[in-house]
Amino acid sequence: MLTQLIVSGLATGCLYALVALGLVIVYKASNVLNFAQGDMAMVSTFVTFTLLETLHIPFFWAVLLAIVGAFLLGALFEICLLRPVKHPTPLGLIIITVGAQQILYGVAGWIWGYDTKAFPSLLSDLKIYRFGALVISEVNLWILIASVLLMLALLLFFRYTRLGIAIRAMSQNLITAKLMGVSAHWTLSLTWGIASVLGAVAGILIAPITFLDPNMMLNPLLKAFAAATLGGMNSFAGAVVGGGSLGILENLVGGYLTPELKESVAFLIIILVLCVRPSGLLGRHYKHRV
Amino acid sequence: MTLHTEYYNELRLLKSTPAKVWFGLLLLVLLVIPTALEGYLLNLLTLAAIHVIIAIGLNLLTGYTGQISLGHAGFIGIGAYTSALLMLKLHLPFALALLAAGGVAGVFGFLVGLPALRLTGPYLAIATLGFGIAVGQILVKWESLSGGSLGIHPPKPSIGPLVFTSETHFYFLSISTMLLMTIGAANLIKSKIGRAFVAIRESEVAALAMGVNLTLYKTLAFAVSAFYAGIGGSLMGHLIGYISPDAFNLLVSIYFLSMIVIGGLASILGSILGSILLTALPYFLSGIKNLPMVIYGASLILIIIFEPYGLTGHWMKLRLYWRMWPF
Repeated sequence: MLTQLIVSGLATGCLYALVALGLVIVYKASNVLNFAQGDMAMVSTFVTFTLLETLHIPFFWAVLLAIVGAFLLGALFEICLLRPVKHPTPLGLIIITVGAQQILYGVAGWIWGYDTKAFPSLLSDLKIYRFGALVISEVNLWILIASVLLMLALLLFFRYTRLGIAIRAMSQNLITAKLMGVSAHWTLSLTWGIASVLGAVAGILIAPITFLDPNMMLNPLLKAFAAATLGGMNSFAGAVVGGGSLGILENLVGGYLTPELKESVAFLIIILVLCVRPSGLLGRHYKHRV
Repeated sequence: MTLHTEYYNELRLLKSTPAKVWFGLLLLVLLVIPTALEGYLLNLLTLAAIHVIIAIGLNLLTGYTGQISLGHAGFIGIGAYTSALLMLKLHLPFALALLAAGGVAGVFGFLVGLPALRLTGPYLAIATLGFGIAVGQILVKWESLSGGSLGIHPPKPSIGPLVFTSETHFYFLSISTMLLMTIGAANLIKSKIGRAFVAIRESEVAALAMGVNLTLYKTLAFAVSAFYAGIGGSLMGHLIGYISPDAFNLLVSIYFLSMIVIGGLASILGSILGSILLTALPYFLSGIKNLPMVIYGASLILIIIFEPYGLTGHWMKLRLYWRMWPF
């Protein structure tokens, strides 16, 4: 029972972690809380849906195309909406992402409608695998595999490639990074593109469970905020740890205490963490210069 | 530019004779409007007045004190439910319930302000976001008190022998409350408290060094802002006649934030212009189903990029242009 709850919680947690990673990458690079992260992912998932249903493209290619589209969406977001702001303030930037979220939501509702649709995935929620006493559904298994692979790829990217190091340098100190020859504009667009791809993957993985509608990413986004807060807004590892532990904790509360409390765990965590340790588990405490 | 010779001149709300005349004319127009408009349009105006109250409260917090709140829907909901439940269950008179709605919301504002003492920027945004959502969830779960997701019907308000039943009655109730609250806010901003708020926004460390009590004024900003939201929420509940936890979601918080950003941060006139514009917009755009959302979003982005001071910024530029004309 316990391992069962932990494993299925971990699968949900991986999805939170993917969305949270997108938030943290963007936050570290451009100091913005991206409220459009969820709806960018939602639009990418709907694009996959159209590619599969209307254009009858094979699953693998449809997902690949959607991921490329998600990357472009993220990069365009940065180029068209954030770059023109002359004197960015934290509030102003947050409001821009909120505005973009409204546009994406409205456009998605316009094109695809507000009714719930089934996502034609190759993975089913009903087919299950057994590992000894442990039962795991096909969707959850693939969620675990895909997110772990993606996180490993990100780790390698940030550690060993020039671009990854450039992104990290830029989020540590923008001016120094520019002086060292990092092209801040392109690196920022790239960062937004990567964040959008992370969200899109989470959206495509979650769609067989939650079904498709313009609201589908709202809940995962809120949970990802909680996960990022728990792990620390300025730590990549924190987002992963926060997402995983939030998923497990939710499942344990749902399994052992009451299912009613399950949805509120995330918000209790936000309030507790912000009261006790605002920088999160792995985040560094922020200091201000006068 | 107006030059002041006395400190009293700076403090006055209506600085010149033209301002007084314009204000008098505005009052007169507000008084005759119900004879000219009726039904839906009058209701829209009443709603706009209520939105002005909430927007001014949010502007005191976000515009003047620089503390972002993404959980204002929570305060509005607390206000609406407090006043409705006090009248339904304890049979309190409306005037008391209205004040209590503001008071209870204010207490919650104070409580949210406490963790806000340690949080800035995005962290505060997440904390208030969590609060707003938590309020909605608690209202759904606590069925014995709130009636769950089915919602409740706030009764028709009355003060003494005066029962507010028609649209005109509600109009005068909301407009007079709005005027009182607006004048209150305008006075607050010009007082020591208002200057402390602005000092905190500009630099917390500098404000602290000048002797501004951060703990006191930050929590006070939250409490006052929540008080405004509570009063607005109470009026909104009684006007619509039905409240449910759904009505106070994240979108509502964003809606009010958009009002003050579009109207202009740290400006009472801005709060008023923004609320009127965003309340009227759906009326003019009701033809196409999804357009209002796209237009909200687009106007938020365009205003931040091209006119960071909002509609008030534009108004100020225009006024300066005519004052300096032909130079």
